[in-house]
Amino acid sequence: MTTALAARRPKMHLSTTQVVLVALAALVVVLTVWYAIRGQNFFSFNNLADVLTRSSLLGFVAIGQTLVILGRSLDLSVGYVVALTSLVAGTTMAGESGRLGLGIAAALGVAAAIGLANGIVVTYLKVNPFIATVGMGLMLKGFIDVYYSAQEGAVPEGYKQFGYYRIGPLPVSTLVMLVFGALILVLLIKTRFGAHLFAVGGSDDVARLSGVRTHRTLIIAHVVCSVAAGIAGLLIAARFGLGSAQVYNDGLDLDSVAAVVLGGTLLMGGRGSIGGTVAGVMILSVLSSAFNVLDVNPFLKNVIRGVIIILAVALYARRQIDPLSRRARFNARGERRAAEIVDHPVADPLATTGPGGNR
Amino acid sequence: MTAPSHTPEAPAADAAGGITLGRRVLNYLASGAGIVLVLLIAILVVIIAKNPSAGEPEALVNSLHKATPLLLLAIGQYFVIVVGEFDLSVGAIVTTQAAIAAVLLNKQDEGTYGVIALMLVVGLAVGLVNGLIITLLKVPSFIATLAMMLVLVGATNLWTGGGIVKGALSDEFRKIGRPLFGIENVPGVGTISWAVIIVVVVGVLAGFLMKSSFGRVLMVTGDNDKAAAFAGSRTNVTKIAAFMLSSVIATIAAIILAGNTSSTVDLSIGNGLEFQAITAVVLGGVVLGGGAGSLFAAILGALTLYFIEPLFRELGVSPELRPAVQGFILIVAVAYAARSGSLRRRKGTEKRQS
Repeated sequence: MTTALAARRPKMHLSTTQVVLVALAALVVVLTVWYAIRGQNFFSFNNLADVLTRSSLLGFVAIGQTLVILGRSLDLSVGYVVALTSLVAGTTMAGESGRLGLGIAAALGVAAAIGLANGIVVTYLKVNPFIATVGMGLMLKGFIDVYYSAQEGAVPEGYKQFGYYRIGPLPVSTLVMLVFGALILVLLIKTRFGAHLFAVGGSDDVARLSGVRTHRTLIIAHVVCSVAAGIAGLLIAARFGLGSAQVYNDGLDLDSVAAVVLGGTLLMGGRGSIGGTVAGVMILSVLSSAFNVLDVNPFLKNVIRGVIIILAVALYARRQIDPLSRRARFNARGERRAAEIVDHPVADPLATTGPGGNR
Repeated sequence: MTAPSHTPEAPAADAAGGITLGRRVLNYLASGAGIVLVLLIAILVVIIAKNPSAGEPEALVNSLHKATPLLLLAIGQYFVIVVGEFDLSVGAIVTTQAAIAAVLLNKQDEGTYGVIALMLVVGLAVGLVNGLIITLLKVPSFIATLAMMLVLVGATNLWTGGGIVKGALSDEFRKIGRPLFGIENVPGVGTISWAVIIVVVVGVLAGFLMKSSFGRVLMVTGDNDKAAAFAGSRTNVTKIAAFMLSSVIATIAAIILAGNTSSTVDLSIGNGLEFQAITAVVLGGVVLGGGAGSLFAAILGALTLYFIEPLFRELGVSPELRPAVQGFILIVAVAYAARSGSLRRRKGTEKRQS
């Protein structure tokens, strides 16, 4: 039995994040060839800039969404948070550069408060996250429609650079998104909070019985998720030069969940990575840019996107049935050791139940 | 709400081996379904107090008629939610089916029932595909049905050119959804429309289905699909059947909704219906994640969700503020249901210990 399992072990074992990256690379290769046939260059300055610009807005939202999904929660209010924070930033700044810091602080403060409310409702009031955040989204929609007009406020001229300035083909907003992703990555893999979040997502009960403060962990995840959406709102304000209520119709909530799952994070929580999410966002923005360049019928876009999402997730799901597929939070070394234990059982029965062992 | 325990009669009744009716009622009211029933009655009382004519039987039947699409969608969604999944594609199914009817009928009465049969087949096929993707490919239902929604809406727009569909529904087709057609001259209530009769029939059939062995397997699979599989249940077949039920019932909702709206079909007809259906079911205390909650409670949830709109109208809540109040009621009701659920469980363990 054990040898049979070991023999089935594939020679090249890619992590889910690596599969996502391979998928992204394959997509880029296919498109490069396609563009070349049409006499266009995928790696032209303008095209790269276009792809990267498209990635930043969804990137912020999806990075935040990754945290709550890892904790086996969900945030469907992010679209409304983006709209509200852009309005708060626009109206607070009111076009004066002296009020720039105040505007940013107000927008992120509002976002954090919403995340806190989401987290408390999900944990202490035990409301299902789907319902809690759809309800929160409805409340925010009502608030926005009553207190703001469709477009309101103004940002200082200099601040618009956050939306438009580019270093070579790399927009500064995308750079900020990548830095933010790196910070969250460190938060996930180097801090106690990160370990706790994986534990809570894996099994809330086991985490609590192991002494993890599960409520607090999930609340922090919700706050960070909302703040990430708040940064996306600040980006909207910079791009449009004012706050826009209409952003909530753009489907950022469902798109961000799609990007996270496309990035290989398990919707059931406990497994996944920020790198995968960023790659998932890149896949969606490469596609969206290609649809534009290749002049695909706007309705056909949705059909293709839907099919790609199903195929990708089906692919990951196949891998996850494999009993030897690795848990994202354990490294390759631990898995090799587990494989050795499987191949050469040791006297100590506890050793086989260690990290990376067979589930 | 008053606590049902500590009444002097209750222990005596327990000792006699029965529970008094009053106590049973109080227990029910403390449950998730009970709070929705109380909420629904409270909403109706306020509406009727503000506008006594809304309380007449004829007006109530008319309200029921308008609520039928949501009621049907909630019944369909109930099967999927109780088995532990989501169906986010039902809004898109409504859009697609309405477009199919408008294009194929093109205002001609002939072939109306053939088109309806075709729509039902399409509905079953969409449910089958949803179910196969979720069971065989092991794609989470949230993602699979979300993608199905993208595909259906995209394909329908592509096919019809978007906006308002070229073509129109036939008068024969619209009879099913309009309030004035049905069993006429019923004493006291006027006309009982076909839509109301259909929703009653579907509700009763769904109730029988939940009492049958299929319903039990559905519930057990939603509670713990591994255990259900080890016990010999065909969990995949059950899940696929649940998705097929959901999409075929959504098709019936589409027939009624499209017929009642106008003879032309706007492709925004199904927008957001999936969230309304899920909200209605969860409002009735059916647990997302499966394995608990009654069909009756889901129907109560749908009625409550429907009557919130007339309530806002009677109270003069501004249309912009309505979603906010609706979101607040939703969170509070579900939070209350979660609280009373844990309360009951605690009582249950006490009883077992004593």
